[in-house]
Amino acid sequence: MKKPINEMKLIIPSRSANERFARSAVSSFLSQLDPAVDELADLRTAVSEAVTNCIVHAYRDTIGNITIQMRLFADGRTVIKIRDRGCGIDNVEQAMEPLFTTGGDDRSGLGFSVMESFTDRLRVSSKPGKGTVVTMEKYIVVRERQAKHE
Amino acid sequence: MVIRMDVSPQVITVWLSGELDHHAAHSLREQVDAAIERSVAKVLRLDFSGVTFMDSSGIGLIMGRYRLMTARGGRLLVVGASERLLRVMKLAGLEKLPVWERAQQTATPTVRKTAYRRKQKREVTK
Repeated sequence: MKKPINEMKLIIPSRSANERFARSAVSSFLSQLDPAVDELADLRTAVSEAVTNCIVHAYRDTIGNITIQMRLFADGRTVIKIRDRGCGIDNVEQAMEPLFTTGGDDRSGLGFSVMESFTDRLRVSSKPGKGTVVTMEKYIVVRERQAKHE
Repeated sequence: MVIRMDVSPQVITVWLSGELDHHAAHSLREQVDAAIERSVAKVLRLDFSGVTFMDSSGIGLIMGRYRLMTARGGRLLVVGASERLLRVMKLAGLEKLPVWERAQQTATPTVRKTAYRRKQKREVTK
C-alpha cells in the first residue's frame, strides 16, 4: 500500500454553518494537486452532501463531532473519509437509493446519488447507534506529470 | 447566501446569489414561502444566475417550491442556472419538470422579432 504524499484531519461540530467551511477546507487542501475546475467542484459537492448528511441525519437532534480525513497520493488519487458518531443507518442499501429520504419534504433524497456521480468510488459503512463512515475516492489528473510525458 | 426579491401581483422574482447548501436553504425557504403566502402571484421565478455552488439541498428547495406553486394553481420558473448547477439538477430529473423559462418563453419573442425584421426588410426593399 503506497503512502500518501500528504494528509489532513479536520474535526468540526455538526453545525450547518460548517458545511461551507468543510467545502472550503477540502478544496484548499486539494489545491496542491492543481485540480481542474470541474474536479474541484465535484469534490466540493460530494463533501457538502456527506457533511450535510451528518448534520441532518446522524446528529438529528444534537450536535456531535464530524471528522474529515483527507489523503492525497502521488498518482492523483484522493481519498476522503467523513465519519460521525451519530445514530447510524439501519439499512444502508435503502438509504443509498435515489430519492429515499427520512429527512422530510424539503430533502431531495439525492445526497448519496450526488456523492456517487461526482466521485470515482463511494463506500458507506454504518452501525446503528454507533455512527457512519463515508469513504470517497477521486482521481485528480496530475497535470505536471502529464506535461512531462507529452 | 444573499437574496433579492421583487414581488408584483403576477410574479414573485427571487434572485439568489452565493452558495446554496443546506445551511443557506433553511432561511431562504422561510423567506420565499413567506412571500408566497402574502402574495396572490401565480408565478414564482427563481433566478440562479448568481449562484456559485449548489448541492442537493438546492434540489429539495426547487422541488418543494414546485409542489407549493402547483398546489396553488400556479407555476415555478427556474432561470439562469449555470452548466455546473444544471448537472446537479439533472441528477434529480429536474429537466423533465415544466420549470424552464428558456425553452418555453424566449422562443416566442425571438420568432416574433425575426418575423418583424423580415417585414421591415421587405418594406425597405419595396
